Parts: sequence; C-alpha cells; structure tokens
Amino acid sequence: MAWEAVIGLECHIQLRTRTKMFCECEVVFGDEANSHVCPTCLGLPGALPRLNAGAIRMALRLGLALGCDIRHESQFARKNYFYPDMPKNYQITQYDRPLFEHGTLPVVVEGEAREFALTRIHCEEDAGKSFHPERTGDRSRSRVEFNRAGTPLLELVTEPVLRSPADCAAFLVTLRRLVRALGISDADMEKGQLRCDANVSLRPEGASLLGVKTELKNLNSIKGVERGVAAEIERQRRALDSGERIVQATLLYDADHDKLAIMRTKEQAHDYRYFPDPDLPLLVVSEAELEQARASLPELPWRRVQRFVAQYGLPPYDAAVLGDSRELADYYEECAAGLDPKFVANWLMTEALRAVNERAWDVARWTAQVPAARMADFLGRVARKELPGPLAKQFIGWLADEAGGVDELLARHGVSVKGTAEDLRPIVKAVLDENPGPVAQYLAGKTVTMGFLVGQVMKKSGGQAVPTLAQQLLIEEMAARS
Amino acid sequence: MSRPLWKESAAAISARVRAGEITAVEAMDAGWDGPASLWEHDVHAVVHTDREARHAAAEAAPARGLLAGVPVLVKDNLCTVDYPTTCCSRILAGYHAPYDATVVRRLREAGAVIVGKGNMDEFAMGSSTEFSCYGPTRNPWDLSRVPGGSSGGPAAAVAYGLVPVALGSDTGGSVRQPAAFCGVYGLKPTYGRLSRYGLVAFGSSLDQVGIFARHAGDVATTFAALAGWDEYDATSRPAPAPDVSNWDAGVTGLRFGWPANLWANGVDGAIVDALERSANALERAGGTRVPMEFLPGEYAVAAYYLVATAEASSNLARFDGVRYGLRSSDATDVRSLYVRSRSEGFGPEVRRRILLGTYALSSGYYDAYYLQAQRARTRIRREYARAFESCDFLLLPAAPTLPFRVGEKVDDPLAMYLSDVFTIGANLAGTPGLSVPVGVTPEGLPTAVQLLGPQDGEGALLRAARAIEVNGDVARLPREHEVEASWPGKR
Ligand SMILES: [Zn+2]
Repeated sequence: MAWEAVIGLECHIQLRTRTKMFCECEVVFGDEANSHVCPTCLGLPGALPRLNAGAIRMALRLGLALGCDIRHESQFARKNYFYPDMPKNYQITQYDRPLFEHGTLPVVVEGEAREFALTRIHCEEDAGKSFHPERTGDRSRSRVEFNRAGTPLLELVTEPVLRSPADCAAFLVTLRRLVRALGISDADMEKGQLRCDANVSLRPEGASLLGVKTELKNLNSIKGVERGVAAEIERQRRALDSGERIVQATLLYDADHDKLAIMRTKEQAHDYRYFPDPDLPLLVVSEAELEQARASLPELPWRRVQRFVAQYGLPPYDAAVLGDSRELADYYEECAAGLDPKFVANWLMTEALRAVNERAWDVARWTAQVPAARMADFLGRVARKELPGPLAKQFIGWLADEAGGVDELLARHGVSVKGTAEDLRPIVKAVLDENPGPVAQYLAGKTVTMGFLVGQVMKKSGGQAVPTLAQQLLIEEMAARS
Repeated sequence: MSRPLWKESAAAISARVRAGEITAVEAMDAGWDGPASLWEHDVHAVVHTDREARHAAAEAAPARGLLAGVPVLVKDNLCTVDYPTTCCSRILAGYHAPYDATVVRRLREAGAVIVGKGNMDEFAMGSSTEFSCYGPTRNPWDLSRVPGGSSGGPAAAVAYGLVPVALGSDTGGSVRQPAAFCGVYGLKPTYGRLSRYGLVAFGSSLDQVGIFARHAGDVATTFAALAGWDEYDATSRPAPAPDVSNWDAGVTGLRFGWPANLWANGVDGAIVDALERSANALERAGGTRVPMEFLPGEYAVAAYYLVATAEASSNLARFDGVRYGLRSSDATDVRSLYVRSRSEGFGPEVRRRILLGTYALSSGYYDAYYLQAQRARTRIRREYARAFESCDFLLLPAAPTLPFRVGEKVDDPLAMYLSDVFTIGANLAGTPGLSVPVGVTPEGLPTAVQLLGPQDGEGALLRAARAIEVNGDVARLPREHEVEASWPGKR
C-alpha cells in the first residue's frame, strides 16, 4: 500500500530578552552554575512571578508576522509535573487560552511555494538543566543548574500539514530566518535556542483520517529533524506493511546512531493537571501595544525575497540565498545601490560567500571586515573594468584578510592598473600597427594569436593593462579595421 | 498615670518612641521580660525567636515612622531574613529565607521591630493551630481551648500582651477566626491590597496577609503602613489604598446589613447576643440597620475547599527535598527522594489536602470539581456585590461557636472545615473582613462579630469597629489582674 506521512511540528523558540520571563535575572549562558538565580526562578517559598513585558513585545512581533489571531486576554496556566530541574515542580505556560492561534508560515520547499498552517503559539518559561549522575564511591549524584530556569520561550505548534522530512527542514529554515529577521531569537538549534519535536503518523494515500501518531523528541539540528522524521516514517511504513499496529508513544532520536528509542507509551503519559495560574492576572494586549509591535516589524524575509526578484530581477534561487538573513540582505542592498544588482548578486554569491566559507566565517564577520562601502567601491571598479578579472578574484582575498581601501591594497601588492579604455586604446592601435602578420593570422581564424597580441599590449603598457580589457579593445579595433 | 508599657497600644508606644521617651528595646522588653512572658510557657504562641536577633532588630529600628518601636510578631509563613521561616512544617525545618516578605520589609521601614515568628497550623491548613510541627498553641483565655487557626500564634500573642500588633494570613478565615477566639481585632484586607510576596502560598487566589491588634486604631495604622501596590506581586492592587485615617470618624450615615437568617440555626447563643449588642452599639452611634436575607452561596464551603486544595496541591509541589528543606536520608533515586521527603516532611492534614487538590485537578475530574468550584465562586462574588448595594457593610458571626476544646475536632476534618462557614465567603469574593471582639462570656471566653465590606471598604469596617469598641465592651487582656498579681515585678 502507498502511505502518506502526516507530520506536525512543535517548536520552542528561546527569546533573546535581557532578563528572564518572570523575574529580573539576566539570561546568560556559560557562566558559573546557579549564578543567575533569585527566589522566583529558584522557586523559593513565598516568591512570585512577574511578567517580563519585553518578552511579550517580542512575541507580538512573531504573532503579527505569521498572521495569527491574537487573543487580547490570554491566560497563563500551570503545568504540574515533578522534575528536579523544574524549580516549582510546575511550569508556567499557556493552555486553553494561548496568546496566538492560527496563522501560517510561507515556505518554499524544493522550489515550490507552500503555506503551512499553525495551530497556536504560546508563551512559557524554560526549565533548568540536569546533569547525568556522577558516581562517587557507591553513591551517584545528579546536579541541577538553574541559570536557564525561567528563560522566556515561545512554543509554536503546527497543524498536521507537513508531509515529508524536506517539508520539516524547509519549515525550520524559514522559521529560523524569520525569528532572526524579527530580532527575537538567535534560533541556534545546537544551542537549544530553537528546539523541535515532531508528531508523525502514516495513513493510506488519499485517506483523510489520521493514523496513530508518535512523538519524536531530542531533535537538535535541522538535519536531525530531517533524519529522525525519515527514520520514523520508515519504521512506521515497515510496521504497517507487515500488518502491525502503531502504538502511540514518545520516541527519542539518537542522531549519532540514527536510531529511535521508545521513551514512554500512552499508558505512561503524564496528567499535567493544568489550571490557570492564580499568581498572574490575564495577559492583556492593548491595541496600542499591537500597533507599536506592528510598527516595529521589519520587512519580512519572504516579502524581501519576493521584492529581490521583482525589483532587482534576481532569479528566485539567488533572491532566496541573499535574503536568507537580514544581515546578508541588508549588505546586499547596500552594496547594490548604484550598481547593477544582478552583477553584485553574482559577486556576493560566488566570490564573497566562497571567501566566507573558506575562512569558516559567518556573514557578520565578513560584513565587519568588508563593510558595504568598501565592497561597493571594489565592485564599482570591477564593473567599470578598472580591475582585471583574475586580479579581482584575488582581490577578494585581500579585502577579507587585510585592511585598507582598494588603492591602498593595489599599492601594497605592487599592482598598478591602466584602467580605462582611453588609456589603452593608443597602445592597442600601436600593437596592431606593429604586428600585421599575427593580425592577419587571427582574422584568418587562428584565434590563439590573440594571446600573443594581448601579451604585446601588456608589455607595451608596462604590465599595467587589464588583460580582458586589452583583449576586448583588440577585437574592437580589428573589427573596425577589417 | 499611664498604663504599663506592655498593655499599651501600638499608637501609644510609637508616639513615645518618636518622642524619645522610651526606646524600641524598652518597648519590646516590656512584653518579653514583663508579666506577659509568664503566659508564653503555657500558650506557646511563638516558634522562632532569639534574644540577640530581637535586640539587634530593636536597636536597628528607626525611631520614626507610623510604627516606630512597635514590637510585631509575624506568622511563620512570612519570610524574614532574621528568623527561620518554616510554616511550622517539618519539611522546612531549619529553612532561612534569603529575603524579607514585602509586608515585613514595610513593617521595618515603618519603624516596627520583628520580634519572632508565630505558631500556626502547618502551611496554614487548619482552624485550631493544633497542626503545627512544634505543638499546638493554646487559648490564653482558657488553656484547655484552641486559639483558632491557622494564625493562632500571632492572635494569642496579641491577646495575652506579648505584642500589640501581629501579622497572620487569611485564606479562609485564618486571621478572623483566631482573632474572634482570642478576643482581638483581626483584619483580612481586600484581596491584593497587602502584598503576597514572601507569604508562603497556600491558596494563591484566596491568600491575604492580615493584621491583629487589640485596638481598632492600631489595625488602621498598621494597614496604612503596609497597604499599597507591590511590583513583586502581580496580583497586588494597583489603585491607591483606601484612606483609613478616619477610623475614629464614627458611623453616622453608614448602613449595616443584618442577615439574621444566617444565625437562625447552629450559632452559639453568646455569639447571637454579641451580634445584638454590636448592632445596638452601631445604632446608638448613628448607623442604620438594614435587615436582609443573605445566603452567600450554599456551596461556598465545597467551592472553597476545592479551590484552596487545588491551588495548594500545586503550590506545595516545590517542597521536594531537592533545593532546600527536609531531604529524606534514605532516598535511593529521584522518585524515592520525592516520595520519602514529602511523606516524612508533611503532616497528615497537609497530605490530606494535597491529595484532595490533586484529585480535583486531575484529568477527567477537572470540569466536575475545579471548574464547577470556580463557577460557584463567580456566583458568590456576585451575591456579595449585590448585598453591598443595599448596605456599606454586613454584620455577621466570625465563627459559629466559641473557642472549642483542644483535640475536640482534630479527628473530624469535616467539622473543622464547617467552622469556616462565615469567613470563607470574603476569601472567595476577594473582599475585606474584620473580626471585632465584643466582650467576654460569664465563663470568661471572648465573643466576637465579623464585619464584611465591599472591595476597598476597609475604612467603613474600621469606623464600625471603633464605634463598637467605644460603645460596647472594650477588648481587654485575659485575666490581666491575675497576671499582674502573680508577677513579682522584678524589672
Ligand atoms: Zn530569577
């Protein structure tokens, strides 16, 4: 039988607020254990939560960007379960009255534009961290660390509308790009700033009912999501094909060994005893706050990509690459101002991004080293053919690794350039006059002679000519004479 | 000749401290080292104190502020940096809070001296102060009887003269009922009026810090010192606190509701008598009696116990032996650490309520219990609001009986729960209530009435309490003459 996979994602997005969700402790990672804690985020007796308004402002940007229905009075709830890194043994989250419902994320999957429907997005607090037992003699100990406890999270839940591992990967890439563009999260999956669980079920192709689903946890990279989901689809397909039933369960994906392990089945599922948190009043979002959030929205990444296609005539692929991050897109637009946008796009995508990759840099490092003004000066000269092509490619490396303007770099590397056609044309004419033989050979179809003629121009210009320009002028002049 | 210092009001003490006539240390020692100290051995109102900390606090207190030099005992569920905060539970044995509750901080800022922590039912769950891991508090008027609860320690300490003012907490009557049993004033303000930050939570939507004193004016002054918005408590009321400085302005023009149907059955005759005397006093002072039928939700007790236990089951989850408090020494894994620490740490009444609350919130029962209770609560709130359309406050019993005997109800939780019937309404409705002492029975037991007002109606309650105080029997210390006769006067 042909099976169709039905996938829903649950993503946790860590907001990049300065302080935690319900107290004033700074959100800092990598510091000494338990150094950013207070009575509230440690769950000490008598301590109470107070809402971080900045986290809600960030949340509003995401809700608006995704076109969600915004609940003007949403409610915090307690999710009760015991875990050592949960200071209060309940998590403050939202349950039946979340801040956002519905909305869609536009995603391009393998060249096809799709819109993935969302169920909801709500605000909650993160837990601390537990460290695996350490054995000392006959006792084993676990350690708990609360610097992360109380960090603001948004939980985003999709409808079961994804159909393949590729859908999942594209969804996450797009979501990551969005939250970065909105400036609300760094969304680095390796650092846990973006986390993803997947609900996977299979059904006969064309069926409308959903099959029994399993939940995949521990997917901590986009590749991991892709592979884990693929492995689970395959596992369910094999089971169904051999007549087995799928058992509702939570699975852990082990990325190192590409293996799935059952964590718990439905019978062991928690009863979280949700109820409204009596310590927090309703979360009221006013029109004014919404208006403010709307005004703070940057151009959304997918709108920008569309604009790059429409305004600059870039191919969709190029537009998507350059629009990937706000940083790169801003940089591109600054560099392209006053130049041919397609020409600039080509140079950034091939030469600049290659230089970034070769150095294992990120875009930020590049834009810091080669600010747009410096890059635009360089690209302008290339466009005006004031720098020979091969030299220009080498020049990218100098820009990346050295300081100084274009002229300074030329001088430092002992390169002087006879830039313009006006400079070169007399030399070209003289070379043609002095070499009637090779010219005749060239015109007779012996194109290798061009190399000799260019060499003569180079020699006559004292090595300062741009070879491509020399060649172009030679062809023009010969055409004019013949 | 002025009264002995230990019998003085907070107002008199703070005036003399501000004037430089006496020091905060003298004011405090008048209670601790004076005749009242004889009582503490029998009454057992205080669970944490020590002379050094008390004296340090008294010496550090500024000789200015509304409560300059006034010694105050606070219930053991209010966090203090200088004494343990244990909620009288084994699970918090030896726990020291790293911060002061907001009300404690405000007391200190007003010049008050925190002298120690008062006994209570474990985690404020109880109506008799018998469920304390440190042993019960006894009623200073009759040591064979309970002082009420859960704030029995602070109520008793004010009653026998250890301190003029104490703080408790009131989730279902835990200030007003012990105040009634001990013959002192006990105010539960409007929900959110006094910060809950640093009050160890029991039922968060019901909890409110309350004030005990022997004089209506001292309640007003302490309320003025503590009331006000607190950024650390998201449920605190942002609007300015009502002005209670006119507590002595009389009740002319005030209407008081007289829901006599409430005490037609099951209320002790001495209390009905106290209600009549209070009503007469209010009328003599210019108040108007408004007879009315009032049935504040027949399901109030059930609704209250569902909401309170549900919230408690979640609030008390944090006591798990992981970060602080008691950790069972023979735990073998995380699960047994939880189970053993909590089983060893919590007493029977707390365990009972955690189980009840857990059940009420469980999937499949939530709608029938917790949600239904919330609906009942909404209705009760509306019924109270409607009652206050025709009067400025209600006059009704604080408790249906006089103080009962130690051990009398300890094995009958339902009877104990039903003794809260007149107090829980104000917690469900979030409205203020004040217990007012109205003399003593021929057997020597204090009687009391309760005044209930609309939200932010504390002013009218205090004016009425003052009118009853002036016109009726002024509260007095239990057997003060005997105490003085037996005091050798060695100071
Ligand atoms: Zn904190």
